Amino acid sequence: MGIGGLLGKKVGMTHLFIGEQMVPVTVLEVGPCVVTQVRNGATDGYEAVQIGFGAAKSLTKPALGHLKAAGSERVKHLKEFPATQVSELRVGQKLLVSEFAEGQYVDVTGVSKGRGFQGGVKRYNFRGGPKTHGQSDRHRAPGSIGSTTFMGRVIKGKRMAGHTGMDQTTSRNLRVVKVDAERNLLFVGGGVAGANGGLVSVRHAKRAPKASAAAKE
Amino acid sequence: MEARNLVSLEKNPKVQDFRPGDTVKVNVRIHEGDRVRTQAFQGVVIRQRAGGPSSSFTVRRIASGIGVERTFMVYSPTLESVDVVRRGKVRRAKLYYLRGLSGKESRIKERLSHGPKSGKGASGKPAIAKGTSPEATRE
Repeated sequence: MGIGGLLGKKVGMTHLFIGEQMVPVTVLEVGPCVVTQVRNGATDGYEAVQIGFGAAKSLTKPALGHLKAAGSERVKHLKEFPATQVSELRVGQKLLVSEFAEGQYVDVTGVSKGRGFQGGVKRYNFRGGPKTHGQSDRHRAPGSIGSTTFMGRVIKGKRMAGHTGMDQTTSRNLRVVKVDAERNLLFVGGGVAGANGGLVSVRHAKRAPKASAAAKE
Repeated sequence: MEARNLVSLEKNPKVQDFRPGDTVKVNVRIHEGDRVRTQAFQGVVIRQRAGGPSSSFTVRRIASGIGVERTFMVYSPTLESVDVVRRGKVRRAKLYYLRGLSGKESRIKERLSHGPKSGKGASGKPAIAKGTSPEATRE
């Protein structure tokens, strides 16, 4: 039975000392997640597991009905992950951080902090205009956005100012530095998108670095 | 729940309590190729930062006429010991003003004992008499 990933919450960042090495880590509170639905090859054509995470205050009636059928408590977030050998999974079963092992690599997806409407300099790292030599009003301007009569329009996808942040962002191949099964904590090396307290999904690394391939079983 | 509180920390017994303004001798383990040796860095503590595992302090010294500052992580395993050489009497927590001073101006008065005023927050700790080595009075 292999679960593609789990849901959790970003707690924040700190340091850990591993041997003599100081490692910057993000602390994630992962699980306990509850299995709310199992998809198998016979009825759904593919194998996956839907899991729930986090206590919900109020839910819609359809959501309540779905969870009632699963015999699950009221969970806030539902997400489907690919899984293997789903016949070993039962609806209502609890999934814990122990799905992950120290030393393995994970991909962590979160929603980055919203920055509001931002110009090209912040949003796309444009260089802006010269600061001196008689410039006025051009310091953070994007420059030319296209040609003149031929074309006569701005091409689609042209990078311009706009709403920034609040994007789904995945940090790939973060090393699991420590697993604290008692407190449902996962310490991963490096940073994870989003504010503290934000929802994250932690998956087994899709393309883990080669050296760890053996350790990942 | 705060990330820094989720890491269990063990205080190194060889790291004596010190405050900004104190002159300390910091011994750190250094790897030189295959060899491991201890390097000492002696100077004035100009900043202490509390942050759980990220706690650090900065020591400033004048090395051959040039000011050198080094920041150490309090809970780093490479930090072998911190000895207080001299206790200083200062009126602020961050001594960045020392950067602009040199020679006589940068002197710090010695804190002779934990009087009622300077002993705030340090109650229960043995007073250090002038002239005694810190090792003798500290555990």
